Amino acid sequence: MSSTAPPGTTEPKAPPSNRVGLTVKEYGGLKSTLCVGCGHDVITRQITQAMYEMSIPPYKIAKMSGIGCSSKTTAYFADRGHGFNAVHGRMPAVATGAMMVNPSLLSIGVSGDGDTASIGAGQFVHLLRRNVPMVYIVENNGVYGLTKGQFSATADAGSKLKTGVVNDLPAIDLCAMGIELGCGYVARSFSGDMKQLLGLLKGALAHRGTALLDIVSPCVTFNNHDSSTKSYKWAKDHEIPIQEIGFVPYYEDITVDYDPGTTQDIELHDGSHIRLKKLRTDYDATDKAMALALCQESQQKQEFLTGLIYVEPSKKDFLELSGLGSVPIVSLPDERLRPGRKALEEIMESLK
Amino acid sequence: MSTAVLEEKHTEASRRPPVINDFSIHVATANGSGSQSSNTILMRSIFQMGIPVSGKNLFPSNIQGLPTWFTIRASKEGFIARRRDIGVLICMNPETAHEDVKTVAPGAAVIYEESLKLDGLRNDLHFYPVPFSKLVLELVQDGKLRRLAVNMIYVGVAAWLLDIEMAEIEKAVAKQFKSKAAAVEINMKAIRGGFEWAEKNLKKSDPFRLERMNATAGKIIIEGNAATAIGCMMAGVQFLAWYPITPSSSLAESLIDYAGRHRVDPETDQPTFSVVQAEDELAALGMVLGAGWAGARAMTTTSGPGISLMSEFTGLGYYAEVPAVIVDVQRVGPSTGLPTRTMQGDITSTYYLGHGDAKHILLIPGSIRECYELAMESFDLAERFQTPVFLMTDLDLGMNNWMADPFSYPEKPFDRGKVLRTKEEFEAHVAKHREFARYRDVDGDGIPYRTLPGFFDAPAAAYFTRGSGHTDRATYTERGDDYKNNMDRLARKFETAREYVPKPVISSGNGAKVGVIAYGSSDFAVEEARTLLGRKGLTTDYLRLRALPFTPEIAAFVAAHERVYVVDQNRDGQMYDLLRLEVGSDAPKLRSIRHYDGFPLDAETVIEGIEAGEKL
Repeated sequence: MSSTAPPGTTEPKAPPSNRVGLTVKEYGGLKSTLCVGCGHDVITRQITQAMYEMSIPPYKIAKMSGIGCSSKTTAYFADRGHGFNAVHGRMPAVATGAMMVNPSLLSIGVSGDGDTASIGAGQFVHLLRRNVPMVYIVENNGVYGLTKGQFSATADAGSKLKTGVVNDLPAIDLCAMGIELGCGYVARSFSGDMKQLLGLLKGALAHRGTALLDIVSPCVTFNNHDSSTKSYKWAKDHEIPIQEIGFVPYYEDITVDYDPGTTQDIELHDGSHIRLKKLRTDYDATDKAMALALCQESQQKQEFLTGLIYVEPSKKDFLELSGLGSVPIVSLPDERLRPGRKALEEIMESLK
Repeated sequence: MSTAVLEEKHTEASRRPPVINDFSIHVATANGSGSQSSNTILMRSIFQMGIPVSGKNLFPSNIQGLPTWFTIRASKEGFIARRRDIGVLICMNPETAHEDVKTVAPGAAVIYEESLKLDGLRNDLHFYPVPFSKLVLELVQDGKLRRLAVNMIYVGVAAWLLDIEMAEIEKAVAKQFKSKAAAVEINMKAIRGGFEWAEKNLKKSDPFRLERMNATAGKIIIEGNAATAIGCMMAGVQFLAWYPITPSSSLAESLIDYAGRHRVDPETDQPTFSVVQAEDELAALGMVLGAGWAGARAMTTTSGPGISLMSEFTGLGYYAEVPAVIVDVQRVGPSTGLPTRTMQGDITSTYYLGHGDAKHILLIPGSIRECYELAMESFDLAERFQTPVFLMTDLDLGMNNWMADPFSYPEKPFDRGKVLRTKEEFEAHVAKHREFARYRDVDGDGIPYRTLPGFFDAPAAAYFTRGSGHTDRATYTERGDDYKNNMDRLARKFETAREYVPKPVISSGNGAKVGVIAYGSSDFAVEEARTLLGRKGLTTDYLRLRALPFTPEIAAFVAAHERVYVVDQNRDGQMYDLLRLEVGSDAPKLRSIRHYDGFPLDAETVIEGIEAGEKL
């Protein structure tokens, strides 16, 4: 699987390939049609990079989305994988159905704050409650972009639109909601913090169950002005990472050279490890009460805390809870799906 | 009872000719009083005596307390539709007793709780006062069981009055209580107590009797929802997502129960079927589309209000071309609008469900056997046409007890449609057609080929699923010609469906000038009406629709008759409207008969409609 040209040749060096023999370009998709400078495009690049680094076979990827600018982005990566652009706010249901019959898929959902926190709030809640195995990314910019700049339910109270309209309602904190509903991987990040984002995405891909990433992703057209709390400037000025994210993939040797006092090492479902170098002393990302308290504190102080807020790697996912086996139901041959004559006869006899 | 005693018992009654095996029994109780078991035992006993029978539960939207009725029809001719006139009334609900007595036909028998003193209400009925509340104190020691057991006493009284064989009652009780000895004993004691009390204290004066026949041997009794569930299970359904709603919940529950027992892989001991009880109907259909897209045979089951909520996803399923089976057990009204009453109310709204241009395949079972068979058919059609397919039953068919022949084992293999399931199939397709284009019509029938996520590694096999804005290669477009091409192909696909959907069942050939068109649960009443009209000298031909879109036989049937009566169980004549569009210049031949009071259709309504039209 080596991608280096044989010694002695003058051919240009081929781009490096990953463990399944693919280059990062082969995880790409269509050209983005979003506004220049959109935070979403940065996230798309990090998703692409994370999938490449994690050597995910692209044909196993199921890209899921709802409606909105964010939901368009699933066309911009991994075009060797199938995608399903569902209706507004209802991507969780489609993903749930697909994963129930084929858990061998790796489902990546991209949603926005309108798609998740308003029209899709109900489905979002039940996705988390069920712990459907998928990565669920919210590209959170506090406004409806495609319909030209109305406030969303994650806009902070007091933030102001360019038109002068002030948002009077409190923001829904998707991370607090996720923790409350039992989500086993809850992270907040910022599209301007690429290194952190990449680490969190790789961790999410290694997790089994719903992995929620609430990523502040400024809307350069409608919500990037000074009175916005979802602008690049505000996010940069206010971001306080709670950890530095390190990631050791399952195929690399685990080294023990970290200080358990300052670094939390968590083994994820696929054997990879996420290493959290604590920037806030005594923060334990596996402590649910502490995680919820952090969300509240962050809201009260109007701080923008980022990092892996909560992780519970051994939580059972929906398929396990539903008593399903390891063989995807969708791959069973037809003859295994129709009960035999005896079964029907038995049923008929019981009805006589 | 000896023959001599029987003769003595019927002396009084025999002044009038006896009515044997041709009447209905109407039991009025309060909801939640536990009368369901008693009524089932009554019905089963009659069935076991070889007499054709049907049972209908006319129930309120309530857990406990509101009035409910169970009507059992015995018919030596095998008519199993609802019968309008009531022969035997059992009054157990003081709330409705007066009204119940007022509505029965002259000459009816009325069994009632003595203390209600109903006998003064009318002088053209046969009244049988029974001290149920006193009897139950004597017959049932356990105070907690009395409320339920009192219903068994009326089974005993009715057995005496109508000559129901005690041996058959015993068998029915054993079946009802699954041979749990204690329950069987308590209930049989109450039944015998009622019988013996009646034998000692009552004198039969009405003409209604049941006599053993041999018309039910080998038959089953089943609710339509259970029949549909068995069909879905045999069709290999792999995924069910549902949200509870009357009258469809029992379908999902029945499927979960049957599949739990019969859909376990013998090799791995793992289920071959998965279920999600969704958060609402929107999510239920979304999940079904996800599973169908991933390659599974997937279904949901709901009723009218759920269909409304599924509208957006249905439209997406139509344009994105994702197979799905949606069972609609139709009922009356949104919200609190008679949710426990029957209606064929969703025909037009479901046919055109979704926004923009959309039309769907609807299959309409008209019998228990067809609930089973068309359930299987709907999965084949959904996958063949890569589209949501609706199986339209109703509350009457779905939740009531029907007699039927046992179902035969399906011999036809599944039709999984145009799926490129392996890399070899995919490469052969590409070699033949130059490339894989998800929405290209390469066969001329409007149906494209699809691939499934995660099945094999071939970069060109993946595609992006979205609404109507796509090219034939599944890429995003907002171009008018791309949109129009796709819409025209979808229309071609729908035309192809006309050749695949179940054809109507036609009975004709006797030169009748008058035709009848009906569908679904109306069939029972329509067949009875035709027989009765025939006896009066009016012969009719009959076409029973089983699907939308219409097949060519329908226009031909209308063309061949002078007048055609279309029977709808809704106010607006929904099928009548669709037929008028279908038959064009023959539309003036169509007449509409509409039944919409929430109760199952009866033959009299059909007869009255036709007679009025024929000016007989």
